[in-house]
Amino acid sequence: MTVALPVSTEPAAVPEEHQQRRGLWRRLPTRAKVGAIMLGAFIVAGIIGPLLSPYDPSFQNPSFSLSMHPPDAAHLLGTTQSGQDVLSQLLSGIRLTLELALSVGVIATVLSVVVGVAAAYLGGVWDEVLSLATNVFLVIPALPLLIILLGYLPQKGQAATILVLAGLGWPWGARLIRAQTMAIRSRDFVAASRETGERTWRILAFEIVPNEVSLIAANFVNTVLYAIGASVALAFIGLADLTSWSLGTMLYWAQSQQALQVGAWWWFVPPGLAVALIGTSLVLLNSGIDELGNPRLRDAGGESAAAWQHLRPTDPTPVLDAAPPRRRWRPAPRPDGDLP
Amino acid sequence: MPFIVRRVIFYLVAAWVALTINFFIPRAMPGNAVESVMSKFPNLQPSAYKALQALLGVGHPGSLWDQYWAYLSNVFHLNFGTDVTNYPASVASLLAQTIPWTITLVGTATVIAFLAGTVLGVVAGWRHGGWLDRVLPGLMFFQAVPYFFLALILLELLAVRGHLFPVGQGYSGGLVPGWHWDFVSSAIYHSLLPAFTIVIASVAGWMLQMRNVMITTIGEDYMLAAQAKGLSNRRVMFSYAARNALLPQLQGFGLAVGFVVSGAIVMEIVFSYPGIGLLLLNAVTSNDFPLMQAVFLVITFAVLLANLIVDMIIVAVDPRARAREGAR
Repeated sequence: MTVALPVSTEPAAVPEEHQQRRGLWRRLPTRAKVGAIMLGAFIVAGIIGPLLSPYDPSFQNPSFSLSMHPPDAAHLLGTTQSGQDVLSQLLSGIRLTLELALSVGVIATVLSVVVGVAAAYLGGVWDEVLSLATNVFLVIPALPLLIILLGYLPQKGQAATILVLAGLGWPWGARLIRAQTMAIRSRDFVAASRETGERTWRILAFEIVPNEVSLIAANFVNTVLYAIGASVALAFIGLADLTSWSLGTMLYWAQSQQALQVGAWWWFVPPGLAVALIGTSLVLLNSGIDELGNPRLRDAGGESAAAWQHLRPTDPTPVLDAAPPRRRWRPAPRPDGDLP
Repeated sequence: MPFIVRRVIFYLVAAWVALTINFFIPRAMPGNAVESVMSKFPNLQPSAYKALQALLGVGHPGSLWDQYWAYLSNVFHLNFGTDVTNYPASVASLLAQTIPWTITLVGTATVIAFLAGTVLGVVAGWRHGGWLDRVLPGLMFFQAVPYFFLALILLELLAVRGHLFPVGQGYSGGLVPGWHWDFVSSAIYHSLLPAFTIVIASVAGWMLQMRNVMITTIGEDYMLAAQAKGLSNRRVMFSYAARNALLPQLQGFGLAVGFVVSGAIVMEIVFSYPGIGLLLLNAVTSNDFPLMQAVFLVITFAVLLANLIVDMIIVAVDPRARAREGAR
């Protein structure tokens, strides 16, 4: 993956940022950079897009010739059954979907940090109860539960959807963060701060949580991915405010108006592709964060060495070198920071 | 306590939690569900109305405790009430019609995707940096794309335009379902594209996960030891690396199977496949709450059962899981 994109929308790449931030950006694997830039582009499209959109996304052009019109100069992405401009809908849709997914990401991540840290740090009965709840909600499939929850809600607005999605989106992260906190709480620096009489909340907020930043970031990215997938699927089956324009409701209307059957690809491909590309950017970002924490996963780059060639940390006996290896073993870079 | 017994107890707890949530949701949610159903189906029979009230807990049919016990006993006897949309068909009979379709399709496709993804992941991890590793970012696109959207695209390209596959449905119209060749071959033909969609959409996730575990495993000391003993590469790759990397992969399968099943169920809608997903869509569009709740329970129990099976496989392949008595 060596895609050089000319313009970066990611704030960390802006030159006037602090040295430290620039360092982080530079250390990010290429994959994560590509993901960040793609996501940044979509966020910018979500922020300024609706201002630039050529039409009101809900405006129904009564002209019969503009029903399911293929893309042309006036309508860059064509029109829907009722003559609405697909591009305008797409721009509003990106905004609404990102708004929802990022809100869910923030709320669910906060919940999982609270539950995970509390379970690991308080221990005892608290740990038993919180871990059991985490594992139970991890194993109960979220989507069918979301469907009945939203099905019973008389108003399926944005806020309600965010709360329901966040309410079911925390267990995965809580489990990982609990495990990480268990590992950190036994470290010397935590014991030291306990001995110096720091309060529990201070230890949690200033000693433990900062050491879990990369895990929390990965978890946030994952949760946003889950929120996008789930909200689009829910809207697609009609469990959303169908008068608002999100990527999911666009797909719902395209499907229910038989866009596929009449070959109106310009109606269902753009929103679906937008979902897929936002999702791809998040997966790329996440695998990059993974690599940051576990350098072994890093791309071996041009050195297409088979695994067994990596398996010679010290080249123990000269005999092995009788047939000289094509590539010498190089020490693996150590993970940054205090992570295990 | 043996590992598997603890797991069975855990799944029983999870099943009970799901049942209890299912019981309380209609009672805790705002709005009057019975009225909203009644307004959609004005000519509903009085008996169905009564059953609906009992299910949703409206009209005070006894104390909450009595309702809860009646509900548990009903579910235990697979009595999910009468369906309001397809009156007088029972919810249980509708489920019985659709579940075999979904289990055959989603089950087979998921197992195929898991096996293929795992083998590809072994190779990608072993040849870290090889060509398979380099197409990973491309595969991430398939990991991120919603199943139903992939289904829309494949349907458009291969069925509507390419005429290679039928456009939706579970079998050709005019055929009577039964165990005869015409029907079975038609059903298999109709299931190819949906199955292909599930495999394409989920194989990348399994592959990525297996690759990452493989790479971590390859760094272990026993790998070096195996290499030093002069074992063949193939033996080290499968018996030493892959076998150990398989355990986290299996645990991951248990956790991810819910996502896969959910995605596959929404995908069924695109294909008008006569499975539980289409049933769920119809339930949602017509506010058919009894059906929605029954579908939730069925999917949840199926996922719990899949998890239990995965745990049994883990016990079979991992001596540590058998040895861990009482330890967490």
